[in-house]
Amino acid sequence: MTDLVWLVPVLPLLGFLVNGLLARSFSEKTIGWIGTVSVGASFVVALAIFLELLGLPPQARSLQKVVYTWIFSGDLQVPIGFLVDPLSVVMMLVVSGVGCIIHAYSIGYMHGEVGFRRYFAYLNLFVFNMLILVSANNFLLMFVGWEGVGLCSYLLIGYYYEKKSASDAGKKAFVVNRVGDFGFLLGLFLIFLTFGTLNYADVFSAAPDKLTQGGALVTLITLLLFVGATGKSAQIPLFTWLPDAMEGPTPVSALIHAATMVTAGVYMVARCSILFAMAPISLTVVAIIGGATAFFAATIGMTQFDIKRVLAYSTISQLGYMFMACGVGAFASGIFHLMTHAFFKALLFMAAGSVMHAMSGELDMRKMGNLRTKLPYTHWTYLFGTLAIAGLFPFAGFFSKDEILYYSFERSPVFWVIGATAAVITSFYMFRSVFMTFYGESRVSPEAAHHLHESPPIMTVPLMILAFLSLVGGFVGIPIFPGMHVFGEFLGPVFAPAKAIIDHGGHHGHNLNLELLLIGASLTIAVVGLIIARKMYIDDTSLPDRVIKAFPGLHNLIFHKYWVDEVYDVLFVNSIVNFSRFLWKYFDEAVIDGIVNGTAGLVRGWGTVTRWFQTGLVKDYALTFLVGVLVVVGYLVLK
Amino acid sequence: MITLNHYLVLAAVLFTIGVGGVMFRRNLIVILMSLELMLNSVNLTFIALARYMESIEGQVIVLFVMVVAAAEVAVGLAIAVMVFRQKGSINVDDVSLMRW
Repeated sequence: MTDLVWLVPVLPLLGFLVNGLLARSFSEKTIGWIGTVSVGASFVVALAIFLELLGLPPQARSLQKVVYTWIFSGDLQVPIGFLVDPLSVVMMLVVSGVGCIIHAYSIGYMHGEVGFRRYFAYLNLFVFNMLILVSANNFLLMFVGWEGVGLCSYLLIGYYYEKKSASDAGKKAFVVNRVGDFGFLLGLFLIFLTFGTLNYADVFSAAPDKLTQGGALVTLITLLLFVGATGKSAQIPLFTWLPDAMEGPTPVSALIHAATMVTAGVYMVARCSILFAMAPISLTVVAIIGGATAFFAATIGMTQFDIKRVLAYSTISQLGYMFMACGVGAFASGIFHLMTHAFFKALLFMAAGSVMHAMSGELDMRKMGNLRTKLPYTHWTYLFGTLAIAGLFPFAGFFSKDEILYYSFERSPVFWVIGATAAVITSFYMFRSVFMTFYGESRVSPEAAHHLHESPPIMTVPLMILAFLSLVGGFVGIPIFPGMHVFGEFLGPVFAPAKAIIDHGGHHGHNLNLELLLIGASLTIAVVGLIIARKMYIDDTSLPDRVIKAFPGLHNLIFHKYWVDEVYDVLFVNSIVNFSRFLWKYFDEAVIDGIVNGTAGLVRGWGTVTRWFQTGLVKDYALTFLVGVLVVVGYLVLK
Repeated sequence: MITLNHYLVLAAVLFTIGVGGVMFRRNLIVILMSLELMLNSVNLTFIALARYMESIEGQVIVLFVMVVAAAEVAVGLAIAVMVFRQKGSINVDDVSLMRW
């Protein structure tokens, strides 16, 4: 089955081609199911590969399948090749599995939208690119997928392109990502310059010989790669595009801007774990950026009223956790959180989409309240997602987040404090959104209340599947009991070399008491967040206003997202816009157009003079002819 | 006694008349006739010199010229007919489509 790994990305590509080129006259149902089945089929193939991989001994679970030599030029050889190892298989399963569920949900959610076919074609194209990204066996092919998902993200954010805010958000996402890609690309150049190859296996096996531990070169390479990751995964300083990306249809937010694409940066850092392990400075930078993002994005999440924006900031914050995990050397925990996050965040987004569907497009939580009676399934599934992200036992987020906090503490208690604070805030704002949306008094406008209805089964069944996964997904990584962390052991061989470098050969013993203490602390934290949210949004609904009055400056700062967008506008956007305007008005219009129009004018002027010779009268031509003959003859005679 | 020079002068006079006809007349038919005059003046020169130099080649060339002239007149007259059909006259000043 591993020989058929190429099928995993190619099946969604087929779906894209069929839907994009042939499906002009197909019904909505056909189009939707073509999209869903093509991704589902690739999930089945990935599952078969996964099972086959399990049958191999752990050390042998890394296979390269080269399909075709793409570029063959001098020293540069780039194959279209796939790497089958635990990390890529986990990513393939998450991408195609969650992708398939979201495709099915989209059939219901996008029902009756103009451009239904376009939507499914783009969505399949996205899944194709994402699978290329995670299954490639070299950096260049990964970069193809990396750019491809960026393109699809742009196309889908701007899906409602007639809305100015949506098309602006698409452009913003694309441009901000380009900034990150610039760093990523430089990192790739540097890797090629150093190693002369872009294949993972060759680069990673040669890394200990060609690079010095903690040297400047490896630090530079990894920092450049990390710049790419901050762009794609919305970390400080390039996170501003993600909240705006909520302009796209909600399933797109669920698939691209929560579950899969934004985790590409985490995957890339985990894939390059050996390089990062050799650059302690870069690891520290990754951890600090991750922790800072987790904290800052969470604080912004507290103050937003748009339910999708709350989830967007929550996504940024959770991605920060993943990077913090990678930064403290717990790559497997980062990927573990990536997986559980894919479940519960996709769930939360789609449940929010279901609310939006019921509320005729309303996203403001101040205009909701007490929806649990009208939307029972949506309420329960959203609640499950919230319990998972808040980290309450036995939901998935509990296991993965707790593990990250544990490893952060091992590295430095400072990281733990940041992570734990962010966890309180996360728990608070998520329960805030639950209480504001589903509990308390109804603040729904009469017109919207009239239309309130639960979503059809095609939407609620995917929610329930994801709710189930959010409930049980964590049990693949049970802490404390040795040998029960199945997920960690499966991924273990991939990160073993990096771990050996970070641990300097010595292995830290698992401190059981510390772990139990930290688990207790995280559970307390989650419950504290819940209680505060309950106090403020159910028991005493005037409390939030009083708190805001008590700290008006702070609230203003956070409510306006620390003015980051405005600062970027002043620092970068305006200067670039002004410079471009200058180039347009003075360079393009004056110089370039001047040269082109000047050439035309010169020819025209010369023509104005010479056209006087063209009288159109035969006798004039005959006279000219005669004069010519006389001159020639005269010359010959008198010579 | 008629010498070679008489022939050459006559040919030159005929040629000049032909040039003048082409230059100054507006009737397409007359222009074609003037062209014939020029061609035949050249023929006369060839014949005279062939006789004078006791060579057959001049006479051969004259035959060529006559063939070409016949073809030229056929084409020219066809053009004249077409011009007349289009314009209703064969005045060359009316045919000035190439004017700017």
